[in-house]
Amino acid sequence: MISGRCAACKYLRRRCPSDCIFSPYFPPNDHQRFACVHRIYGASNVGKMLQQIPSHDLRAKAADTLYFEAKYRIQDPVYGCVGMITQLHQQIHSAESELAKIRAQIAFLNSNDHAQESQVQNIETKLHPDSNILILPEQINAAGLWSTYVPTSASSTQTSWF
Amino acid sequence: MGGNSPCASCKLLRRRCAKDCVFAPYFPPDDPHKFAIVHKVFGASNVSKMLQELPVQQRADAVSSLVYEANARVRDPVYGCVGAISYLQNQVSQLQMQLAVAQAEILCIQMQQGPVMPTQQIDEDNHDKSYFLHDNGLIPKFINFDSSSSTVIPDSFKRESIFRHDMVS
Repeated sequence: MISGRCAACKYLRRRCPSDCIFSPYFPPNDHQRFACVHRIYGASNVGKMLQQIPSHDLRAKAADTLYFEAKYRIQDPVYGCVGMITQLHQQIHSAESELAKIRAQIAFLNSNDHAQESQVQNIETKLHPDSNILILPEQINAAGLWSTYVPTSASSTQTSWF
Repeated sequence: MGGNSPCASCKLLRRRCAKDCVFAPYFPPDDPHKFAIVHKVFGASNVSKMLQELPVQQRADAVSSLVYEANARVRDPVYGCVGAISYLQNQVSQLQMQLAVAQAEILCIQMQQGPVMPTQQIDEDNHDKSYFLHDNGLIPKFINFDSSSSTVIPDSFKRESIFRHDMVS
């Protein structure tokens, strides 16, 4: 039990009753806390808001959040803590865009990787039964990467690639 | 405004609406709820003081943000706007983790594939961008606020244009 007046009753220069609605949440060692809240909301409104909350724990949280909002309203009289909400929305939007971009890059890199792997797997060479001529499959022609066939005889040195 | 019909504030306060009424431009008579909710949370006297301390061009935004906060407080008497801030900060943290995972994945892919074409590289300019202002202390983390217990995050907190005109330059 806090002896003496709470910060609210000290500020308001009144007697602090034993059932003071403010005293559990505005201790006398923190004058600024009540001063902030009183400046923005007014003692009467704060008292009414706390009275409407049924439990002590929730009242304590309410007092904390009222103090937080009052403090930010004093620091930023135009936007208060709503400025913070807007900034967070912007951060979320930027991060989501960046994430989408990176995921698209991952998908692109993965698809490129798979395409190259499948082209490597499709390059199967076979020898013409009557000679040592290599015959390359048509898929490679279609891709335009290799010549139609590549003679493998020792005398042949030319290949044409495109 | 005060010429014909009193503004919403003067109607509620049952007083004559002067020509230079500070509330009149922002609390038209056709929207009584707007002033009622601001009066309930902040009090007419406090709102009047706050508006008078601001240049005229900033008052509209101030009223919008006060209405937003008042609505949040009425919807959630315990957490008010802080519930929304906590929820959004959690979203930011989750996105941060997802970004880190995605960036690690892209680095792995690039290492596996060897040297890459310049067009495939990650945009290096974005590497150092800090998306999360709490890293530099501007937005304190409210991870201690158990917003899950009583807060139902309304859609209006999830993404909306709170202000009709740009407020952040």
